Amino acid sequence: MSTSAQGIVERLRSILGLAPEAPVEQLKGYVEVSVDPASLRDAAAKLKAAGFDHVKSVTAVDYPDKKQIKVIYHASSMLDESLSGYVVGLATSVDRDNPTVPSLSSIWVSAEFQEREMYEFFGVNFEGHPDLRPLLLTPDVAAQRPLRKDFKVVEEDDYLKSTYDEYTSTKRWV
Amino acid sequence: MGTEGSQVQSLPGMQVHPLKKNLYEVAIGPAHPGSGHMRILVRVEGDVMVEVDPDIGFVHRTMEKLSEGRDWMKNIPLFERMAILDACNVTLPYVEAVEKLLDVDPPERAKYLRTLLCEINRVASHLYGFGIFGVFLGHSTLYMWAFGDREVFVELAERLTGARLTHTYPMFGGVRRDMPDDFGQHVRKAAAYMRRRLDEYAKIFLLNPNIRSRLEGVGVVSKSRAVELGLAGPNVRASGVRYDVRLAEPYEAYDRVDFEIPIYEEGDSLARAWQRVEEIKQSLSIMEQAVDWLEKHPREGFVHEKFWKTAPPIYKKVYAGEVPYAGKYRVKMIPLYASLKVPAGRSFARTESAHGEITYYVESDGKDVPYRVRLVSGSYRNVIAFKYVMPGHRLADLPAIYGSFDYFPPEWDR
Amino acid sequence: MTEPMQENKKRPMFSKGNMFLADMDEMVKRAREILKKGPLPSMVDWATAFSLWPVHLMTSCCGCEIGAAWGPRFDNERYGSLPWVSPRQTNLIIVEGTVTRKMGCSVRITWEQMPYPKFAIAMGVCALDGGLFYNSYNIIRPWQVIPIDIYIPGCPPRPEAVARSIVELQRKIREEGVASGWLADGERQDLKNIIPKEDLCSWRGEDVDLSTRYS
Repeated sequence: MSTSAQGIVERLRSILGLAPEAPVEQLKGYVEVSVDPASLRDAAAKLKAAGFDHVKSVTAVDYPDKKQIKVIYHASSMLDESLSGYVVGLATSVDRDNPTVPSLSSIWVSAEFQEREMYEFFGVNFEGHPDLRPLLLTPDVAAQRPLRKDFKVVEEDDYLKSTYDEYTSTKRWV
Repeated sequence: MGTEGSQVQSLPGMQVHPLKKNLYEVAIGPAHPGSGHMRILVRVEGDVMVEVDPDIGFVHRTMEKLSEGRDWMKNIPLFERMAILDACNVTLPYVEAVEKLLDVDPPERAKYLRTLLCEINRVASHLYGFGIFGVFLGHSTLYMWAFGDREVFVELAERLTGARLTHTYPMFGGVRRDMPDDFGQHVRKAAAYMRRRLDEYAKIFLLNPNIRSRLEGVGVVSKSRAVELGLAGPNVRASGVRYDVRLAEPYEAYDRVDFEIPIYEEGDSLARAWQRVEEIKQSLSIMEQAVDWLEKHPREGFVHEKFWKTAPPIYKKVYAGEVPYAGKYRVKMIPLYASLKVPAGRSFARTESAHGEITYYVESDGKDVPYRVRLVSGSYRNVIAFKYVMPGHRLADLPAIYGSFDYFPPEWDR
Repeated sequence: MTEPMQENKKRPMFSKGNMFLADMDEMVKRAREILKKGPLPSMVDWATAFSLWPVHLMTSCCGCEIGAAWGPRFDNERYGSLPWVSPRQTNLIIVEGTVTRKMGCSVRITWEQMPYPKFAIAMGVCALDGGLFYNSYNIIRPWQVIPIDIYIPGCPPRPEAVARSIVELQRKIREEGVASGWLADGERQDLKNIIPKEDLCSWRGEDVDLSTRYS
């Protein structure tokens, strides 16, 4: 799909000032750059200065066996014609038990609501976010951090009862 | 806004007290004709909106979590319910992302068929947007006209796929079925009818002095602001930004059909409404070009060979027309899809749907269920406009701005 | 009837703060007797059946077919139903599609604001048993929120199916005498399956007022 794939990889390396052995992989449909959380803000600022002016999606992926949560920012460009055909995934991995990622909403405003959603679904704490509170879910469901892999989706026949007497005995609504 | 008492001098015998800010919170809830399926918490001072906080999640049906427990094929109808109006546009990036992982390129005929259905859905969705816009502004004639004309295109989609709204048409490797023989004449009739009707829409709605005074200069989003907020779809093109996924990274048959991207510079609500009308015109011309190509080329290969060669011979006979398809033989889904295992990898795909740009991030670890699917739709990216564009306007302008953004809550909440 | 009148002669009729109209309990008893006999019950049922006004609450994606059902092609207004914005002046609520936890509170509050006799139609398979989104942690069944009269299967049901459900509801009202029965007896018996409002709306916090005057 992207014609000069090697060209964009080289260009990214020069924008971000990375060493030649730093991980920049060309995946199917986007280019992934992995940085550690401390240098996330600098990398984002450099990308924004180079022309990547908005974030398309903020993803968090849960790897329970590696005990990590990986947060990826897919950024692209609307105004720059040479860059608008490419999508860059700025990825960082944090510890699963206490995930803290510096918030990029001061650099890219388009990431504000998406970071809120990742906060409520995975429990990832974004430092410096102006308004971190649950967005989609009610507070009791958000406390269980639903999109993590240890939240199992339960087959509904187990506890959903049909009359109110049976419902009160199971009391799913706590 | 609030005058502090420091600017006014106190004369003898007169006391000046600073005004306190009176902020009232108005909850425009889900049971409201001007709110859709969401609650908008507005803090007003007098009549002017100071802070707007969208309280969404009323239609959150947990598609991302459910998709991790279902087969690859079963996720296509699941994601379709996100924006049921343009069902082809919202499932197409998922199918493309998985096709990238499978290393399968659909044949030419399948690409043109997908393009055709995408454009039919785009027109139907824009007309639905107009209908809802009419309800918000109190223009019930527009609601009736838009929903009546939308039926023309829903009927076209029903002839092509068999269902009114839930098409489930793109599949990995191709499409679900080929188009009927007389489809070309129906498309041309629908396109000619719609072009005549668009002039009448302009007369009653866009050039109507009442509507113009409500929409002109309201909700202005400048070019740099639109890019900074990350808006998507017709909203960003009405602010002067020349960005469309069909141009930036062409997919399916879009690099072989001729079309233009209309751009408007003003960035107010009226420009967004005009933008949609112009997009409908362009979609009609793409539909005609696609159907011309499809009629000229032979009817073969609407599914990739890798999947088609595993189909039982009775399926091939039915699709070739040798066996009359009168329900005597049950032709179901090609069996390879039921036990499909996608090789491990990560991929990303995006398309341009009617509400904006839809992006999917698909991660697989070699099993028959996805590991993670992350989808961001156009309405998702437009909701930030509530917080940053609306303050400063009067409360009565809220439906005008809301309707012009064509925000569709199930697309955000998934 | 004579006794209150004599008592009244001692007290002026239009004195400040006092106005005697009638003995209201006696009047209500007489009205209820009239409503049970003659052609009145069937007239009340006929009038209610042909003026079922749905309230404007879009629950989920079946809302597109509701919009089409009241549009020009599948005109449902010919059955007398007009989508109306105010819950206090409507008597039908159409729960279309999936009801999530957040929306369940709003559906319940809207339903409680509507005056009796009121009816509910549950539209789509998501309203029957979860539909395509079964096993999801965020959805509840509509029959746990409000008592439902008619169910429509389909995903989404065609607008002709919605029209048929209105006709079925009309038949149910007229054959079983629901509207006239409520006017005569004034009670509704089928509220035993639904979750109390405190459980549905507890997530909204302490300082939100959820009373709706009818309950």
